[in-house]
Amino acid sequence: MNRHLLSIHDVSAEDVVRILDTAESFREVGTRVIKKVPALRGRTVVNLFYENSTRTRISFELAAKRLSADVINFATGGSSVSKGESLKDTALTLQAMGADAIVIRHSSSGAPLTLTRWVRGSVLNAGDGTHEHPTQALLDLYTMRDRLGRLEGLRVAIVGDVLHSRVARSLSFALVKMGAEATLVGPPTLIPPEAPAWGVQVSHDIESVLPKLDVCYMLRVQRERQRQQYVPSVREYARMFGLTRARVDLLPEGALVMHPGPMNRGVEIDSDVADLPRAVIEEQVTNGIAIRMSLLYLLLGGSGAEGAPRAEEVGADV
Amino acid sequence: MGASSLMDEAEIGRALTRIAHEILERNKGPEAVVLVGIAARGDDLARRLAGEILRIEGRAVPVGALDITFYRDDIGIRAEAPEVHETRIDFDVNDRVVVLVDDVLFTGRTIRAALDALVDFGRPTAIQLAVLVDRGHRELPIRADFVGKNVPTRKDEDVRVALREVDGEDAVLVQDAVTQMGERG
Amino acid sequence: MSERLLFRGARVVDPASGRDEVADVLVEDGLVSSEGAANATVLDCDGLVLAPGLVDLHTHLRQPGREDKETVETGCRAAALGGYTAVAAMANTEPPADSAAVIHEVRDLAGAAGLCEVFPVGAITRGLAGEEMAELGEMVEAGVRVFSDDGHSVPNARLLRNAMTYVRAFDDVVLAEHCEDGSLGEGGQMHEGLISSSLGLAGEPREAEEVIVARDLAVARLTGGRLHLCHLSSAGSVELVRRARAEGVRVSAEVTPHHLVFSEEDLVTYDTNMKMKPPLRSTEDRAALRRALAEGTIDAVATDHAPHAVEEKEAEFDQAPFGTIGLETALAAVLTHLVEPGELSLSRAIEALSTAPARILGAHQHGGPIEPGRRANLVAFDPAAEWAVEPPFGSRSRNSSFLGRTLRGRVVHTMLAGDLVVADGKAQR
Repeated sequence: MNRHLLSIHDVSAEDVVRILDTAESFREVGTRVIKKVPALRGRTVVNLFYENSTRTRISFELAAKRLSADVINFATGGSSVSKGESLKDTALTLQAMGADAIVIRHSSSGAPLTLTRWVRGSVLNAGDGTHEHPTQALLDLYTMRDRLGRLEGLRVAIVGDVLHSRVARSLSFALVKMGAEATLVGPPTLIPPEAPAWGVQVSHDIESVLPKLDVCYMLRVQRERQRQQYVPSVREYARMFGLTRARVDLLPEGALVMHPGPMNRGVEIDSDVADLPRAVIEEQVTNGIAIRMSLLYLLLGGSGAEGAPRAEEVGADV
Repeated sequence: MGASSLMDEAEIGRALTRIAHEILERNKGPEAVVLVGIAARGDDLARRLAGEILRIEGRAVPVGALDITFYRDDIGIRAEAPEVHETRIDFDVNDRVVVLVDDVLFTGRTIRAALDALVDFGRPTAIQLAVLVDRGHRELPIRADFVGKNVPTRKDEDVRVALREVDGEDAVLVQDAVTQMGERG
Repeated sequence: MSERLLFRGARVVDPASGRDEVADVLVEDGLVSSEGAANATVLDCDGLVLAPGLVDLHTHLRQPGREDKETVETGCRAAALGGYTAVAAMANTEPPADSAAVIHEVRDLAGAAGLCEVFPVGAITRGLAGEEMAELGEMVEAGVRVFSDDGHSVPNARLLRNAMTYVRAFDDVVLAEHCEDGSLGEGGQMHEGLISSSLGLAGEPREAEEVIVARDLAVARLTGGRLHLCHLSSAGSVELVRRARAEGVRVSAEVTPHHLVFSEEDLVTYDTNMKMKPPLRSTEDRAALRRALAEGTIDAVATDHAPHAVEEKEAEFDQAPFGTIGLETALAAVLTHLVEPGELSLSRAIEALSTAPARILGAHQHGGPIEPGRRANLVAFDPAAEWAVEPPFGSRSRNSSFLGRTLRGRVVHTMLAGDLVVADGKAQR
């Protein structure tokens, strides 16, 4: 595996299987009384969050701590990042502190890649601008495989503001990579015109798509974008693309409803829909910790050095 | 290639039967015993031992599988993070005698890791170790309580256990070590 | 200067006279001379090409206001090292060049540096605010022949029409337009397409340029005025120019070296040195620009030399300013990527880099012909010399889109009005 995880394109289909399989074991760790293993003892993981996100940051923090790593949180509002220190200077400071891995969330697309130029440790992208959110896509794949038993041939719709969604991009690329069928659903102004070149279908009619799905994945409506006039109003958007109780009944039995969170109950998803058994949103959160443990373990568990000895099979005593 | 056989199917069967008797003898019966096999192959052997005990005493003892990858002492040294296997211990280990089961005892580092993992699950009354093959060359102060066969080996040899459940046949083989980057791992 | 200097045995490529031959060129008292070569200092030019000094229609010298990025002196040194004897300095300084005062200041600074002749460009609108005409007449009296609000387009057609009509009172004045529709281009970080959508960067479609090109050509047709289009980037713009010219519109056009060499594909690593306006577009656009340059629909190559401070360019991609420096690499870039592969003849390349821009700018002492009695503004370069684009540069800034690459074509001597300002590749002051 690559030294960094900046984009879904950094991992092959085989890597994805390995990440998901390893996450199984970490999910089991989460069921123990002592939810901790010493695998990354003595390593330092830094959470560099330029955008507020308590949920994702806590998920990464728990993941690192359950691997016995030390965790440092740099979040806006508290540290030098809010005083206008440049990304480069922050990076060099973290480097000097000996960060083994830096988890970065930033509002500028490409910031994680820029960061790799200045640090020696592994960089994990926890969401950059409107570019990618690879760990979210991986935990979503894990949830789908766990509930539905497979990824290949799964029919998944991603509904909402795809144009501005890094989650939608990562998930689309991931589904295509694993042989699933992805359909983007939303108003034409919110679907990138180049999307068919990603290998996905496009539809502007949610009700025609719902009966043929294994997973309906709802994106959050970003109200802050409303003044840019991509849709006439949030009300009209919800009426045309919201997942109402009536619409959710169009889904085949066994199909899942997913959402990356946080939800706007009553906008893109009705409140009672979010509470249905087929809505696996809480599982996504639990699985998120296991996936992030898996990624930290796989990225930091090897030296990455060429010519270093390969790990021997466990059965043959080390 | 160039492997010679240390134990064949029949010998393995007899060794496991004898170990099952020894476990029962040492612990005065099956009541307090649980078996935890070290993945991979140790858990298959643990299941076989449980089968023997069932045949001998008519009693099923709990069997679990323990993956020790996260407790290894060489994480971050090898080129890639070591492969992970399943851990499944659905019973309480407190106040029980845990018999760890593994296929080959060599440097002792796997067992050290298994002990660390096990104590995170609880506080057993005692931990005992059963291995099919002890090939010597300990690097830590670890010893087995129950041994199928003691086999002196050179350090640069490879001892490999094949089991019907995983490899399609039962055999213990020894051959000259393949290169570090070879088929192992 | 009564010194006599002989460029001996150079391949003289002079598009203005149609010459392409090995010859000696004698310079005396700042002029090309026909007298004998006795007592002359000899510069051995075996293997070198001698051409009229290059002329850049589009440079940002940043002074006054952003001397941290570049000064008139450092910009002129960069120009001289790149083989330029004349540059047009854009008006978007701080304060902007919307009056004779800044024009004089820039010209005086250039004169003091003595490395390159600077033709300051005047702003079309006061303060570059796009609302009222600047005092164009006063600036014409100060010697300005080109006006531009470069950085953005004149925002409304009526204002452009008025400015274009007004300057018809003066001889040979041209309005140079940066063509970009502010609303279509708003927030755009790179060319809008598959790559921008994969990188999660807001894109600017080529139509942002084309709608203004179409508008400006229509206004030029309406007024009969002279229009120059800066840094074209799209195949559609080229097509509009071709048609307008066929109808008799007085339009000239330029393209930058980076638009001729790079494309949107060079953005996949979020390299901020590839971030500029207009953005690098598709490989089809690039091919159309190359064809247009070869056939003359695009008259000239202009650098749009845009220095930026290191810390500004080392920031996150969407925070970094737009622009790349280019004076020191323009000739080599054109030689390596167009002339060498046979897409452009050497003569046409020199014409695009020197003769045509001199004509558009009205810089009559530049661009050739290289003949007795004309001021000696010359460049001698080695077309085969390979060099790596690495700092230190003559420019104060380092944001070159060619950074780290190898180019072929090295300036050896640059002569400004008979004065050897660059000798053996080194600036003499």
